[in-house]
Amino acid sequence: MLAVTDLHTYYGESHVLQGVSLDAARGAVTAVLGRNGVGKTTLCRSLVGLTPARAGRIALNGVDITRLPPYRIHRLGVSLVPQGRRIFPSLTVRENLAIAARGDLDRVFSVFPRLAERAGHRGNELSGGEQQMLAIARALVARPLLLVLDEPTEGLAPVLVAEVAAVIRRLREEGTSILLVEQNVAFAVKLADWAHVMSRGRIVHSTDPAALWNNEEVKTQLLGVPPAGAGARPRRDL
Amino acid sequence: MTYLITQTLNGLFSAALLFLIASGLTLAFGVMKIVNIAHGSFYMLGVYVASTVVLRTGSLFAGAVVAILVVAAVGFLMQRVFLRRFPADPLAQMMMTMGFALLFRDLALMIWGGDPFTLQYPGRLRESIEMGEVVFPSYRLFVIVVAALVGVGLWIVNEKTLIGARLRATVDDPEMASAIGINVARLSGVVFAVGAGLAAFGGVMGGPILGGYAGLDFDLLPLAFVVVIVGGMGSLKGALVGSIVVGMIDNFGKALVPELSYFTLFAPMMVVLALKPTGLYGRA
Repeated sequence: MLAVTDLHTYYGESHVLQGVSLDAARGAVTAVLGRNGVGKTTLCRSLVGLTPARAGRIALNGVDITRLPPYRIHRLGVSLVPQGRRIFPSLTVRENLAIAARGDLDRVFSVFPRLAERAGHRGNELSGGEQQMLAIARALVARPLLLVLDEPTEGLAPVLVAEVAAVIRRLREEGTSILLVEQNVAFAVKLADWAHVMSRGRIVHSTDPAALWNNEEVKTQLLGVPPAGAGARPRRDL
Repeated sequence: MTYLITQTLNGLFSAALLFLIASGLTLAFGVMKIVNIAHGSFYMLGVYVASTVVLRTGSLFAGAVVAILVVAAVGFLMQRVFLRRFPADPLAQMMMTMGFALLFRDLALMIWGGDPFTLQYPGRLRESIEMGEVVFPSYRLFVIVVAALVGVGLWIVNEKTLIGARLRATVDDPEMASAIGINVARLSGVVFAVGAGLAAFGGVMGGPILGGYAGLDFDLLPLAFVVVIVGGMGSLKGALVGSIVVGMIDNFGKALVPELSYFTLFAPMMVVLALKPTGLYGRA
Protein backbone atom coordinates (compact mmCIF):
# COMPACT_ATOMS: atom_id res chain seq x y z
CA MET A 1 0.00 0.00 0.00
CA LEU A 2 2.47 2.62 1.20
CA ALA A 3 6.18 2.20 0.64
CA VAL A 4 8.57 4.83 1.95
CA THR A 5 12.19 4.46 0.91
CA ASP A 6 15.16 6.36 2.35
CA LEU A 7 13.25 9.62 2.83
CA HIS A 8 15.21 12.79 3.62
CA THR A 9 13.32 15.94 4.58
CA TYR A 10 14.70 19.30 5.65
CA TYR A 11 13.33 22.41 7.29
CA GLY A 12 15.67 24.95 5.79
CA GLU A 13 19.09 23.65 6.81
CA SER A 14 17.76 21.41 9.55
CA HIS A 15 17.92 17.77 8.44
CA VAL A 16 14.81 16.28 10.10
CA LEU A 17 14.13 13.01 8.31
CA GLN A 18 17.45 11.24 7.82
CA GLY A 19 16.55 8.28 5.68
CA VAL A 20 13.16 6.98 6.78
CA SER A 21 12.06 3.70 5.27
CA LEU A 22 8.84 2.00 6.20
CA ASP A 23 5.89 0.11 4.78
CA ALA A 24 2.23 0.20 5.66
CA ALA A 25 0.12 -2.78 4.67
CA ARG A 26 -3.33 -2.59 3.11
CA GLY A 27 -6.18 -2.84 5.59
CA ALA A 28 -3.85 -2.68 8.59
CA VAL A 29 -3.14 -0.17 11.32
CA THR A 30 0.56 0.69 11.16
CA ALA A 31 1.89 2.65 14.10
CA VAL A 32 4.84 5.04 14.04
CA LEU A 33 5.99 5.72 17.59
CA GLY A 34 8.57 8.01 19.03
CA ARG A 35 9.19 10.83 21.43
CA ASN A 36 8.65 14.50 20.80
CA GLY A 37 10.89 15.96 18.14
CA VAL A 38 12.08 12.77 16.44
CA GLY A 39 10.41 13.76 13.16
CA LYS A 40 6.99 12.08 13.34
CA THR A 41 5.00 15.13 12.26
CA THR A 42 7.56 15.91 9.55
CA LEU A 43 7.05 12.39 8.25
CA CYS A 44 3.29 13.01 8.07
CA ARG A 45 3.85 16.33 6.32
CA SER A 46 6.15 14.73 3.76
CA LEU A 47 3.66 11.93 3.11
CA VAL A 48 0.88 14.36 2.19
CA GLY A 49 3.13 16.81 0.35
CA LEU A 50 3.09 19.72 2.81
CA THR A 51 6.84 19.51 3.34
CA PRO A 52 8.13 17.65 0.30
CA ALA A 53 11.08 15.36 0.84
CA ARG A 54 14.38 16.40 -0.69
CA ALA A 55 15.44 12.84 -1.41
CA GLY A 56 13.94 9.38 -1.28
CA ARG A 57 10.67 7.98 -2.55
CA ILE A 58 7.09 7.65 -1.37
CA ALA A 59 4.96 5.22 -3.34
CA LEU A 60 1.25 4.65 -2.96
CA ASN A 61 0.28 1.36 -4.59
CA GLY A 62 3.38 1.71 -6.72
CA VAL A 63 2.63 5.27 -7.82
CA ASP A 64 5.35 7.76 -6.97
CA ILE A 65 3.79 10.63 -4.99
CA THR A 66 6.98 12.03 -3.47
CA ARG A 67 6.92 15.42 -5.12
CA LEU A 68 3.26 15.87 -6.02
CA PRO A 69 1.44 18.92 -4.61
CA PRO A 70 -0.76 18.21 -1.57
CA TYR A 71 -4.10 18.50 -3.40
CA ARG A 72 -3.04 15.83 -5.91
CA ILE A 73 -1.84 13.47 -3.19
CA HIS A 74 -5.21 13.98 -1.51
CA ARG A 75 -7.01 13.09 -4.72
CA LEU A 76 -4.88 9.97 -5.11
CA GLY A 77 -6.17 8.79 -1.76
CA VAL A 78 -4.03 9.94 1.18
CA SER A 79 -5.92 11.90 3.83
CA LEU A 80 -4.31 13.56 6.83
CA VAL A 81 -5.77 14.09 10.27
CA PRO A 82 -3.25 16.70 11.35
CA GLN A 83 -1.75 17.33 14.73
CA GLY A 84 -3.80 20.01 16.44
CA ARG A 85 -6.87 19.09 14.26
CA ARG A 86 -6.75 22.31 12.19
CA ILE A 87 -10.49 22.58 11.65
CA PHE A 88 -11.45 25.57 9.50
CA PRO A 89 -12.88 27.91 12.14
CA SER A 90 -15.06 30.05 9.89
CA LEU A 91 -16.70 27.08 8.17
CA THR A 92 -19.62 25.14 9.56
CA VAL A 93 -19.21 21.45 10.38
CA ARG A 94 -21.09 20.61 7.19
CA GLU A 95 -18.86 22.90 5.10
CA ASN A 96 -15.70 21.52 6.72
CA LEU A 97 -16.78 18.12 5.43
CA ALA A 98 -18.31 19.16 2.11
CA ILE A 99 -15.17 20.83 0.76
CA ALA A 100 -13.17 17.63 1.27
CA ALA A 101 -15.88 15.15 0.28
CA ARG A 102 -16.34 12.74 -2.55
CA GLY A 103 -20.03 11.87 -2.56
CA ASP A 104 -22.58 12.78 0.10
CA LEU A 105 -22.14 13.18 3.83
CA ASP A 106 -24.85 10.78 5.04
CA ARG A 107 -22.47 7.95 5.79
CA VAL A 108 -20.03 10.03 7.78
CA PHE A 109 -22.89 11.57 9.74
CA SER A 110 -24.09 8.06 10.60
CA VAL A 111 -20.62 7.22 11.94
CA PHE A 112 -20.43 10.52 13.84
CA PRO A 113 -23.98 11.35 14.97
CA ARG A 114 -22.65 14.12 17.19
CA LEU A 115 -21.36 15.95 14.11
CA ALA A 116 -24.77 15.63 12.46
CA GLU A 117 -26.28 17.39 15.47
CA ARG A 118 -23.70 20.14 15.18
CA ALA A 119 -23.75 20.37 11.36
CA GLY A 120 -24.68 24.06 11.29
CA HIS A 121 -22.15 25.17 13.93
CA ARG A 122 -18.90 26.83 12.97
CA GLY A 123 -15.61 25.07 13.54
CA ASN A 124 -14.61 27.47 16.31
CA GLU A 125 -17.75 26.63 18.29
CA LEU A 126 -16.80 22.98 18.80
CA SER A 127 -15.22 21.31 21.83
CA GLY A 128 -11.78 19.69 21.49
CA GLY A 129 -13.32 16.22 21.23
CA GLU A 130 -15.80 17.33 18.60
CA GLN A 131 -12.99 18.97 16.65
CA GLN A 132 -10.99 15.74 16.71
CA MET A 133 -13.99 13.78 15.45
CA LEU A 134 -14.55 16.38 12.75
CA ALA A 135 -10.88 16.19 11.73
CA ILE A 136 -11.17 12.42 11.35
CA ALA A 137 -14.50 12.74 9.54
CA ARG A 138 -13.06 15.38 7.20
CA ALA A 139 -10.29 12.95 6.25
CA LEU A 140 -12.75 10.07 5.76
CA VAL A 141 -15.24 11.82 3.47
CA ALA A 142 -12.55 11.83 0.77
CA ARG A 143 -12.73 7.97 0.87
CA PRO A 144 -8.98 7.64 1.31
CA LEU A 145 -6.91 4.57 0.53
CA LEU A 146 -4.66 5.58 3.40
CA LEU A 147 -5.58 7.57 6.47
CA VAL A 148 -2.68 9.31 8.22
CA LEU A 149 -3.45 10.17 11.85
CA ASP A 150 -0.96 12.51 13.53
CA GLU A 151 -1.31 12.28 17.32
CA PRO A 152 -5.09 11.90 17.39
CA THR A 153 -5.19 11.53 21.19
CA GLU A 154 -3.15 14.62 21.99
CA GLY A 155 -4.92 16.78 24.54
CA LEU A 156 -8.01 14.60 24.78
CA ALA A 157 -9.67 13.42 28.00
CA PRO A 158 -9.50 9.62 28.58
CA VAL A 159 -13.15 9.09 27.64
CA LEU A 160 -12.52 10.80 24.29
CA VAL A 161 -9.33 8.82 23.73
CA ALA A 162 -11.46 5.68 24.08
CA GLU A 163 -13.87 7.10 21.55
CA VAL A 164 -11.05 7.74 19.06
CA ALA A 165 -9.84 4.16 19.63
CA ALA A 166 -13.33 2.85 18.87
CA VAL A 167 -13.44 4.85 15.64
CA ILE A 168 -10.04 3.55 14.54
CA ARG A 169 -11.10 -0.06 15.27
CA ARG A 170 -14.28 0.42 13.27
CA LEU A 171 -12.37 1.91 10.32
CA ARG A 172 -9.93 -0.97 10.37
CA GLU A 173 -12.79 -3.47 10.31
CA GLU A 174 -14.19 -1.66 7.30
CA GLY A 175 -10.86 -2.13 5.54
CA THR A 176 -9.33 1.36 5.75
CA SER A 177 -5.54 1.39 5.84
CA ILE A 178 -4.25 3.55 8.67
CA LEU A 179 -0.91 5.06 9.56
CA LEU A 180 -1.15 5.95 13.23
CA VAL A 181 1.55 8.33 14.40
CA GLU A 182 1.61 8.58 18.19
CA GLN A 183 3.58 9.34 21.32
CA ASN A 184 0.97 7.53 23.35
CA VAL A 185 2.47 4.03 23.17
CA ALA A 186 -0.16 2.29 25.29
CA PHE A 187 -2.89 3.63 23.04
CA ALA A 188 -1.11 2.73 19.80
CA VAL A 189 -0.01 -0.81 20.65
CA LYS A 190 -3.60 -1.77 21.48
CA LEU A 191 -4.73 -0.79 17.97
CA ALA A 192 -1.78 -1.45 15.72
CA ASP A 193 -0.99 -4.50 13.62
CA TRP A 194 2.61 -3.45 13.23
CA ALA A 195 4.75 -0.79 14.89
CA HIS A 196 7.73 1.27 13.78
CA VAL A 197 9.81 3.14 16.33
CA MET A 198 11.35 6.40 15.28
CA SER A 199 14.37 8.15 16.73
CA ARG A 200 16.30 11.16 15.45
CA GLY A 201 14.80 11.10 11.98
CA ARG A 202 15.09 7.36 11.34
CA ILE A 203 13.07 4.21 11.89
CA VAL A 204 15.23 2.32 14.39
CA HIS A 205 12.99 -0.58 15.28
CA SER A 206 10.11 -2.37 13.55
CA THR A 207 8.16 -4.97 15.39
CA ASP A 208 4.97 -6.66 16.40
CA PRO A 209 3.19 -4.30 18.85
CA ALA A 210 2.87 -6.94 21.56
CA ALA A 211 6.59 -7.62 21.37
CA LEU A 212 7.22 -3.90 21.57
CA TRP A 213 5.15 -3.61 24.73
CA ASN A 214 7.36 -6.28 26.29
CA ASN A 215 10.62 -4.79 25.10
CA GLU A 216 11.62 -2.75 28.12
CA GLU A 217 14.79 -1.43 26.52
CA VAL A 218 13.08 0.12 23.51
CA LYS A 219 10.19 1.33 25.61
CA THR A 220 12.28 3.16 28.17
CA GLN A 221 15.06 4.42 25.93
CA LEU A 222 13.24 5.33 22.77
CA LEU A 223 9.66 5.87 23.80
CA GLY A 224 9.95 7.37 27.26
CA VAL A 225 7.74 4.75 28.89
CA PRO A 226 8.72 4.20 32.53
CA PRO A 227 10.15 0.75 33.35
CA ALA A 228 7.78 -2.05 34.38
CA GLY A 229 6.92 -1.85 38.03
CA ALA A 230 6.35 1.86 37.71
CA GLY A 231 2.88 0.92 36.48
CA ALA A 232 1.57 -0.33 33.20
CA ARG A 233 0.33 3.07 32.08
CA PRO A 234 2.68 5.09 29.94
CA ARG A 235 3.89 8.47 31.06
CA ARG A 236 2.36 11.29 29.11
CA ASP A 237 5.11 13.37 27.66
CA LEU A 238 4.49 16.99 28.37
CA MET B 1 -31.72 68.77 5.11
CA THR B 2 -31.59 68.70 1.31
CA TYR B 3 -27.87 69.24 1.59
CA LEU B 4 -27.56 66.36 4.01
CA ILE B 5 -29.48 63.95 1.77
CA THR B 6 -27.56 64.97 -1.34
CA GLN B 7 -24.21 64.62 0.39
CA THR B 8 -25.23 61.27 1.86
CA LEU B 9 -26.14 60.01 -1.61
CA ASN B 10 -22.83 61.32 -2.93
CA GLY B 11 -21.08 59.53 -0.09
CA LEU B 12 -22.88 56.31 -0.97
CA PHE B 13 -21.82 56.72 -4.58
CA SER B 14 -18.18 56.99 -3.51
CA ALA B 15 -18.75 54.01 -1.22
CA ALA B 16 -20.17 51.99 -4.13
CA LEU B 17 -17.06 52.57 -6.25
CA LEU B 18 -14.77 51.96 -3.30
CA PHE B 19 -16.53 48.68 -2.56
CA LEU B 20 -16.01 47.47 -6.13
CA ILE B 21 -12.30 48.20 -5.82
CA ALA B 22 -11.74 47.12 -2.24
CA SER B 23 -13.63 43.82 -2.35
CA GLY B 24 -11.10 42.41 -4.82
CA LEU B 25 -8.16 43.83 -2.91
CA THR B 26 -9.32 42.32 0.35
CA LEU B 27 -10.07 38.91 -1.21
CA ALA B 28 -6.63 38.75 -2.81
CA PHE B 29 -5.08 39.63 0.52
CA GLY B 30 -7.19 37.06 2.37
CA VAL B 31 -6.26 34.19 0.09
CA MET B 32 -2.70 35.08 -0.91
CA LYS B 33 -1.57 37.66 1.65
CA ILE B 34 -0.65 39.81 -1.34
CA VAL B 35 -0.54 43.55 -0.80
CA ASN B 36 -1.35 44.45 -4.37
CA ILE B 37 0.00 47.87 -5.30
CA ALA B 38 -1.26 47.33 -8.85
CA HIS B 39 -4.88 47.14 -7.76
CA GLY B 40 -5.55 50.79 -8.59
CA SER B 41 -4.07 50.06 -12.01
CA PHE B 42 -6.80 47.47 -12.63
CA TYR B 43 -9.37 50.20 -12.01
CA MET B 44 -7.51 52.52 -14.38
CA LEU B 45 -7.11 49.87 -17.07
CA GLY B 46 -10.85 49.22 -16.76
CA VAL B 47 -11.71 52.81 -17.68
CA TYR B 48 -9.21 52.92 -20.52
CA VAL B 49 -10.21 49.60 -22.10
CA ALA B 50 -13.86 50.59 -21.78
CA SER B 51 -13.14 53.96 -23.40
CA THR B 52 -11.85 52.21 -26.53
CA VAL B 53 -14.87 49.91 -26.68
CA VAL B 54 -17.37 52.70 -25.98
CA LEU B 55 -15.78 54.76 -28.74
CA ARG B 56 -16.38 51.96 -31.23
CA THR B 57 -19.74 50.65 -30.05
CA GLY B 58 -21.27 53.53 -28.12
CA SER B 59 -22.33 51.04 -25.46
CA LEU B 60 -21.17 51.39 -21.86
CA PHE B 61 -22.46 47.91 -21.19
CA ALA B 62 -20.24 46.41 -23.90
CA GLY B 63 -17.38 48.51 -22.52
CA ALA B 64 -17.93 47.08 -19.05
CA VAL B 65 -18.04 43.47 -20.26
CA VAL B 66 -14.87 43.78 -22.35
CA ALA B 67 -13.03 45.71 -19.63
CA ILE B 68 -13.89 43.10 -16.99
CA LEU B 69 -12.77 40.22 -19.20
CA VAL B 70 -9.55 41.86 -20.39
CA VAL B 71 -8.45 43.08 -16.97
CA ALA B 72 -9.42 39.81 -15.29
CA ALA B 73 -7.24 38.00 -17.83
CA VAL B 74 -4.37 40.40 -17.12
CA GLY B 75 -4.79 39.73 -13.38
CA PHE B 76 -4.94 35.99 -13.90
CA LEU B 77 -1.73 35.94 -15.94
CA MET B 78 -0.01 38.27 -13.49
CA GLN B 79 -0.77 35.88 -10.63
CA ARG B 80 -0.16 32.60 -12.45
CA VAL B 81 3.00 33.59 -14.30
CA PHE B 82 4.69 35.95 -11.86
CA LEU B 83 3.29 36.33 -8.35
CA ARG B 84 2.94 32.66 -7.57
CA ARG B 85 6.67 32.23 -7.87
CA PHE B 86 6.98 33.98 -4.51
CA PRO B 87 4.27 32.29 -2.46
CA ALA B 88 5.90 32.78 0.91
CA ASP B 89 7.53 36.14 0.35
CA PRO B 90 5.10 39.06 0.77
CA LEU B 91 7.79 41.68 0.25
CA ALA B 92 8.90 40.26 -3.09
CA GLN B 93 5.27 40.00 -4.16
CA MET B 94 4.56 43.58 -3.16
CA MET B 95 7.59 44.91 -5.00
CA MET B 96 6.54 42.96 -8.04
CA THR B 97 3.02 44.42 -7.97
CA MET B 98 4.64 47.84 -7.61
CA GLY B 99 6.60 47.13 -10.78
CA PHE B 100 3.44 46.06 -12.56
CA ALA B 101 1.67 49.24 -11.44
CA LEU B 102 4.37 51.41 -13.02
CA LEU B 103 4.39 49.25 -16.11
CA PHE B 104 0.63 49.55 -16.53
CA ARG B 105 0.82 53.30 -16.06
CA ASP B 106 3.37 53.75 -18.83
CA LEU B 107 1.54 51.29 -21.03
CA ALA B 108 -1.71 53.24 -20.60
CA LEU B 109 0.11 56.47 -21.35
CA MET B 110 1.57 54.93 -24.50
CA ILE B 111 -1.66 53.42 -25.79
CA TRP B 112 -4.26 55.99 -24.73
CA GLY B 113 -2.21 59.15 -24.24
CA GLY B 114 -2.38 61.40 -21.21
CA ASP B 115 -5.50 63.44 -21.92
CA PRO B 116 -8.24 63.23 -19.32
CA PHE B 117 -11.60 62.00 -20.55
CA THR B 118 -14.93 60.74 -19.27
CA LEU B 119 -17.04 57.88 -20.57
CA GLN B 120 -20.45 58.78 -21.94
CA TYR B 121 -23.51 58.17 -19.79
CA PRO B 122 -25.57 55.18 -20.79
CA GLY B 123 -28.87 56.09 -22.46
CA ARG B 124 -31.53 57.39 -20.11
CA LEU B 125 -29.30 57.58 -17.06
CA ARG B 126 -28.03 60.99 -18.12
CA GLU B 127 -30.88 62.80 -16.39
CA SER B 128 -31.40 63.66 -12.76
CA ILE B 129 -34.11 62.46 -10.50
CA GLU B 130 -36.09 65.06 -8.57
CA MET B 131 -37.74 64.16 -5.32
CA GLY B 132 -39.11 67.28 -3.70
CA GLU B 133 -36.16 69.52 -3.00
CA VAL B 134 -33.57 66.83 -3.70
CA VAL B 135 -32.14 66.65 -7.19
CA PHE B 136 -29.82 63.73 -7.72
CA PRO B 137 -28.21 62.31 -10.88
CA SER B 138 -29.92 59.05 -11.74
CA TYR B 139 -26.63 57.53 -12.86
CA ARG B 140 -25.20 57.80 -9.35
CA LEU B 141 -28.22 56.01 -7.94
CA PHE B 142 -27.77 53.36 -10.61
CA VAL B 143 -24.15 52.78 -9.55
CA ILE B 144 -25.16 52.49 -5.90
CA VAL B 145 -27.77 49.85 -6.79
CA VAL B 146 -25.36 47.94 -9.04
CA ALA B 147 -22.65 47.88 -6.36
CA ALA B 148 -25.21 46.68 -3.82
CA LEU B 149 -26.19 43.86 -6.18
CA VAL B 150 -22.52 42.94 -6.65
CA GLY B 151 -22.16 42.92 -2.87
CA VAL B 152 -25.16 40.61 -2.46
CA GLY B 153 -23.80 38.37 -5.21
CA LEU B 154 -20.39 38.14 -3.57
CA TRP B 155 -22.00 37.44 -0.21
CA ILE B 156 -24.10 34.60 -1.63
CA VAL B 157 -21.10 33.03 -3.37
CA ASN B 158 -18.92 33.41 -0.29
CA GLU B 159 -21.40 32.19 2.32
CA LYS B 160 -23.77 29.83 0.52
CA THR B 161 -21.77 27.91 -2.08
CA LEU B 162 -19.11 25.23 -2.03
CA ILE B 163 -16.73 27.53 -3.90
CA GLY B 164 -17.23 30.13 -1.16
CA ALA B 165 -16.56 27.51 1.50
CA ARG B 166 -13.33 26.54 -0.28
CA LEU B 167 -12.38 30.18 -0.43
CA ARG B 168 -12.99 30.72 3.28
CA ALA B 169 -11.14 27.53 4.12
CA THR B 170 -8.15 28.85 2.16
CA VAL B 171 -8.33 32.17 3.98
CA ASP B 172 -8.51 30.31 7.32
CA ASP B 173 -5.60 27.94 6.71
CA PRO B 174 -4.14 27.72 3.17
CA GLU B 175 -1.85 24.83 4.00
CA MET B 176 -4.62 22.68 5.44
CA ALA B 177 -6.85 23.67 2.52
CA SER B 178 -4.31 22.20 0.11
CA ALA B 179 -4.08 19.08 2.26
CA ILE B 180 -7.82 18.42 1.90
CA GLY B 181 -7.69 18.61 -1.87
CA ILE B 182 -8.04 22.29 -2.77
CA ASN B 183 -5.79 23.47 -5.57
CA VAL B 184 -4.80 26.65 -3.75
CA ALA B 185 -2.59 27.93 -6.57
CA ARG B 186 -5.40 27.80 -9.10
CA LEU B 187 -7.93 29.22 -6.66
CA SER B 188 -5.52 32.09 -5.99
CA GLY B 189 -5.32 32.84 -9.70
CA VAL B 190 -9.10 32.86 -9.99
CA VAL B 191 -9.54 35.10 -6.94
CA PHE B 192 -6.91 37.50 -8.23
CA ALA B 193 -8.63 37.58 -11.63
CA VAL B 194 -12.05 38.19 -10.08
CA GLY B 195 -10.60 41.00 -7.96
CA ALA B 196 -8.99 42.57 -11.02
CA GLY B 197 -12.25 42.28 -12.95
CA LEU B 198 -14.21 43.89 -10.10
CA ALA B 199 -11.77 46.80 -9.96
CA ALA B 200 -12.07 47.23 -13.73
CA PHE B 201 -15.84 47.19 -13.37
CA GLY B 202 -15.52 49.88 -10.72
CA GLY B 203 -13.47 51.91 -13.19
CA VAL B 204 -16.16 51.62 -15.85
CA MET B 205 -18.95 52.44 -13.39
CA GLY B 206 -17.05 55.51 -12.22
CA GLY B 207 -16.10 56.37 -15.81
CA PRO B 208 -18.92 58.76 -16.72
CA ILE B 209 -18.24 60.85 -13.60
CA LEU B 210 -14.58 60.41 -12.62
CA GLY B 211 -13.36 59.40 -16.05
CA GLY B 212 -9.78 58.46 -16.74
CA TYR B 213 -6.54 60.41 -16.50
CA ALA B 214 -2.86 59.81 -15.96
CA GLY B 215 -2.33 59.18 -12.24
CA LEU B 216 -5.85 57.87 -11.58
CA ASP B 217 -4.38 54.56 -10.44
CA PHE B 218 -2.33 56.03 -7.61
CA ASP B 219 -5.08 58.48 -6.64
CA LEU B 220 -7.38 55.59 -5.85
CA LEU B 221 -4.93 53.14 -4.33
CA PRO B 222 -4.65 54.87 -0.92
CA LEU B 223 -8.44 55.08 -0.65
CA ALA B 224 -8.77 51.37 -1.39
CA PHE B 225 -6.12 50.57 1.21
CA VAL B 226 -7.80 52.73 3.83
CA VAL B 227 -11.06 50.85 3.18
CA VAL B 228 -9.39 47.47 3.50
CA ILE B 229 -7.41 48.43 6.58
CA VAL B 230 -10.42 49.96 8.34
CA GLY B 231 -12.65 47.00 7.43
CA GLY B 232 -10.07 44.34 8.19
CA MET B 233 -7.87 42.66 5.59
CA GLY B 234 -9.46 39.58 4.06
CA SER B 235 -13.04 40.34 5.11
CA LEU B 236 -15.77 41.08 2.55
CA LYS B 237 -18.05 42.45 5.24
CA GLY B 238 -15.17 44.66 6.29
CA ALA B 239 -14.79 45.92 2.71
CA LEU B 240 -18.49 46.81 2.67
CA VAL B 241 -18.50 48.62 6.01
CA GLY B 242 -15.11 50.19 5.31
CA SER B 243 -16.32 51.50 1.94
CA ILE B 244 -19.35 53.16 3.49
CA VAL B 245 -17.32 54.65 6.35
CA VAL B 246 -14.58 55.94 4.04
CA GLY B 247 -17.02 57.06 1.32
CA MET B 248 -19.03 59.09 3.81
CA ILE B 249 -16.09 60.56 5.67
CA ASP B 250 -14.26 61.44 2.47
CA ASN B 251 -17.35 63.03 0.98
CA PHE B 252 -18.45 65.04 4.01
CA GLY B 253 -14.85 65.91 4.78
CA LYS B 254 -14.27 67.32 1.32
CA ALA B 255 -17.61 69.16 1.41
CA LEU B 256 -17.24 70.66 4.87
CA VAL B 257 -13.49 71.13 5.39
CA PRO B 258 -11.87 70.68 1.97
CA GLU B 259 -8.49 71.88 3.23
CA LEU B 260 -8.33 68.91 5.60
CA SER B 261 -9.43 66.21 3.18
CA TYR B 262 -6.44 63.93 3.78
CA PHE B 263 -6.72 64.40 7.51
CA THR B 264 -10.40 63.47 7.58
CA LEU B 265 -9.60 60.42 5.49
CA PHE B 266 -6.60 59.07 7.34
CA ALA B 267 -7.43 60.09 10.92
CA PRO B 268 -10.25 57.52 11.22
CA MET B 269 -7.87 54.86 9.92
CA MET B 270 -5.36 55.73 12.63
CA VAL B 271 -8.08 55.58 15.27
CA VAL B 272 -9.31 52.18 14.06
CA LEU B 273 -5.76 50.82 13.89
CA ALA B 274 -4.97 52.10 17.38
CA LEU B 275 -8.11 50.55 18.91
CA LYS B 276 -8.38 47.43 16.77
CA PRO B 277 -5.19 46.69 14.83
CA THR B 278 -6.84 43.97 12.75
CA GLY B 279 -9.52 46.36 11.47
CA LEU B 280 -13.23 46.21 12.23
CA TYR B 281 -13.83 42.69 10.93
CA GLY B 282 -10.30 41.37 10.49
CA ARG B 283 -8.92 38.40 12.30
CA ALA B 284 -5.75 38.33 14.30
